[in-house]
Amino acid sequence: MVSTSAINTKMLAIKAEHIFKKYKKVQALNGVSLEVGEGEIFGIIGPDGAGKTTLFRILTTLILADEGTASVNGFDVVKQYRNIRECVGYMPGRFSLYQDLTVEENLTFFATVFRTTIEENYELIKDIYVQIEPFKTRKAGALSGGMKQKLALCCALIHKPTVLFLDEPTTGVDPVSRKEFWNMLKRLKKQGIAILVSTPYMDEASLCDRIALIQNGQFLKTDTPQNIVSEFGTELWSVKSNQMSKLLNDLRRFEAVDTCFAFGDTHHITFKGTPPTVEELTDFLHTLGHKYVYIRPIEANVEDCFMRLSGKTLQS
Amino acid sequence: MSKHDPIRMPDDTVILAKDLTKEYGDFTAVDHISFEVKKGEIFGFLGANGAGKTTAMRMLCGLSKSTSGQAWVAGYDINQQSEQIKKRIGYMSQKFALYEDLQVWENIRLYAGIYGVPEREIAPKTDELLHRLGFENEKYALVKSLPLGWKQKLSFSVAIFHEPSIVFLDEPTGGVDPATRRQFWELIYQAADRGITIFVTTHYMDEAEYCDRVSIMVDGRIDALDSPGNLKKAYSAKNMDEVFHQLARGARRKG
Repeated sequence: MVSTSAINTKMLAIKAEHIFKKYKKVQALNGVSLEVGEGEIFGIIGPDGAGKTTLFRILTTLILADEGTASVNGFDVVKQYRNIRECVGYMPGRFSLYQDLTVEENLTFFATVFRTTIEENYELIKDIYVQIEPFKTRKAGALSGGMKQKLALCCALIHKPTVLFLDEPTTGVDPVSRKEFWNMLKRLKKQGIAILVSTPYMDEASLCDRIALIQNGQFLKTDTPQNIVSEFGTELWSVKSNQMSKLLNDLRRFEAVDTCFAFGDTHHITFKGTPPTVEELTDFLHTLGHKYVYIRPIEANVEDCFMRLSGKTLQS
Repeated sequence: MSKHDPIRMPDDTVILAKDLTKEYGDFTAVDHISFEVKKGEIFGFLGANGAGKTTAMRMLCGLSKSTSGQAWVAGYDINQQSEQIKKRIGYMSQKFALYEDLQVWENIRLYAGIYGVPEREIAPKTDELLHRLGFENEKYALVKSLPLGWKQKLSFSVAIFHEPSIVFLDEPTGGVDPATRRQFWELIYQAADRGITIFVTTHYMDEAEYCDRVSIMVDGRIDALDSPGNLKKAYSAKNMDEVFHQLARGARRKG
């Protein structure tokens, strides 16, 4: 029986079970499940083409899954899609507001579609809207990237949704603006809004309550960022010398080294089996002409975990 | 010296900019920037959205003229000799795609032809390139069938196929998975080792660490320019992310 009231999954903002989706030959989603609680910021972290947007489109009732079930606020994405559209906000990855309408016209348009007004829900968007309000008579197409992003967020919030879907809101955005954007999300979370957000930036993972690492249509892992990092499961060392480019290749020549990746101003290495002593590796590097060799064991970050879980190596 | 001869820049200088400025009406997008980039250098061109990076890069590529100030790229004047510049540079951005409906070798053939690579060199160089990338089996594959990371590597290799003096990379690694992003940087290192100068923009601050020198644009100006090591010292910062935040936080223009 289909009822319009939310029953079993009352406490969950989003629930998806074993979602599959194929486009011709490409298996975009390959059995994905997730649960997002009220007021939770849940991050989907992974590269382009991993299936992030497909998942968003299924949950926002824009396309149908081949298999699996999903609900948002307890409403089924297939049978109760109309209810879902009333209560979610969706900011697609591509800027999709009306370029020829002004900032204010866009916002009024979206408010009207949802039978509300800017005034009625002004409190919710105030923090963000004040930053673009000086430009409210400017056409949306003439805004800078950061301002477009803020306007899009306002338009997604204007009907006071309880679940917010943000598909790569920070892609191509500079580090300072990205930080500001995440601060806005934290304030929305405090108002009880559940947020599903996708990003290719691994450093944003730590700002989420829980994350799922996605690759090739599958979740590699779902957990809190802290747990994912603590379950890295193997020794990780950071290595520096005076010749960083050569060091990359030389480390890969060391018998016990499993993976070796550049990480900012150091290289991160893992080992096959038992790691050598720091002295052994230091001596090895000295004989190859490296100076100022600096080695220390470190804790993994989310990007280390992603690379380990996705099983890619750079041994070629 | 005729107007079309390259100016006498030091042999090892590939870009020389002096008070380069671009104004749109009363808005100064690029505000008197001066800098040099050396041959074989990996030069990171950073800045917040709206700081003026794209405008500056378009001028250096000969796509737009400066309002005032001058710059020379590969020895040619950006305002007078933009056609000569276009032949001697490579360009790649995340958005700049290869032709999806052409095969891998056809894309290489097309760009090699456009950039005037001699006919008889194209075929052997194509095979050599595919071998180096490990793409031998994909020679006849349609580009649209390749994974994103492969496309990006191919796109970079095509951009430097004609052995330009310098290649401009505009956010080349956006959206790529972490392992591929690092493989991509290894290609950049290899190109730099062959003497090709790299001019790269990125929003990944760990990638700023891989550059020999980095400039940071704020409100149209270059507010900092040095090696990552020196910048970190100067701003008492742990990493480039902190350096960037300290500088860009003061921006009046908001991206």
